Amino acid sequence: MSFLPYAVAAWVCLVGLYGIVTSRNLIHLALCLTVMQSSTYLLLLAIGYVKGGGPPIFKGVKLGTTSVDPVVQALTLTDIVVSVTVIALILALALDVHKQAGTVDPDEVREMSG
Amino acid sequence: MTRRVRIGIFLPALAGLAALLVWAYTGIPAFGDYQGPYGFVVTKLATPLRHMDNAVNSVTYDIRGIDTMGEEFILFGAVIGVVLLLRGEEGRTEDVHDDTGSDLVRVFGTLAIGAVVLVGLWVVAFGFVTPGGGFQGGVAVASGALLLYLAAGYREWAAFGNESILDPIKGIGGGGYAVIGLAALVGGMPFLTNFFHGGVTGSVFSGGSAAFVNWSAGIEVAAALVILFSEFLEEYIVPLAKGS
Repeated sequence: MSFLPYAVAAWVCLVGLYGIVTSRNLIHLALCLTVMQSSTYLLLLAIGYVKGGGPPIFKGVKLGTTSVDPVVQALTLTDIVVSVTVIALILALALDVHKQAGTVDPDEVREMSG
Repeated sequence: MTRRVRIGIFLPALAGLAALLVWAYTGIPAFGDYQGPYGFVVTKLATPLRHMDNAVNSVTYDIRGIDTMGEEFILFGAVIGVVLLLRGEEGRTEDVHDDTGSDLVRVFGTLAIGAVVLVGLWVVAFGFVTPGGGFQGGVAVASGALLLYLAAGYREWAAFGNESILDPIKGIGGGGYAVIGLAALVGGMPFLTNFFHGGVTGSVFSGGSAAFVNWSAGIEVAAALVILFSEFLEEYIVPLAKGS
């Protein structure tokens, strides 16, 4: 009985959110979003862990060997890909904000008009 | 709202969220006490039914292939967004002189391109046998392509990393996925049905038509990452060219 992986997932989520709200730099903010999203990888993989289970890859392994849940691992893969693409989009937006407003501090770009 | 007020409102909310997370996580099964059933079903069926040793990729490209198609389109949409934001400002980039000075870096860097791309293709090809697959291998192939910029310089890179080459490749990757799904429809089966059941389990030729899905994901991811890199690189190069 261990809840440590869940505790770590919750901690990473909260730390990332704190970073997003208190951020003074859009690039730092994007990285904090990545940190927050990493908590979902931890949570998914922790949920799918089977005690004593091996990796869900059966090359050279007897069929029926206990393994961890492959479904959540596939979801984690999806999660990582989406995270990377969204970060790329946010960084492109940050570059654009810097061109328009001359700053990447979210507090200073607020007065910017469309 | 000033920064202090914002943080003053945020901290109690953060404490509330923390309490909710603790409440939620103490209500789910303990770590290692997995209840199933889907994970157990997939691990029992992936090899005998789908001829795939890698159960993770049997979910990604076959059993829940339609979800991965949604993910491919998210990737596609995000890259289009980046391109719309960043593409456009053209400069006389032929004036840029950032070629690698060292012959040693040029020679071994160029050799490394081949090695890295080969490893990437190998990771894609054996996606249903060993850990790997289209997404992972595609990233490796893309990083091999980026070595061209590191090993040679911008002008050599620009000959390959331009939109007239990359955009069609990306389209083939993303569109190919949907075409394989539609091919099943033409044959009277549900969308994205795995229609070449079989192949040889544990070889490159395993996984049926999902192997093509895997390859189209690999092509899409590799092209998407190279496009992203070339757009961000242009943001760096164009001002450099103006300054020179």
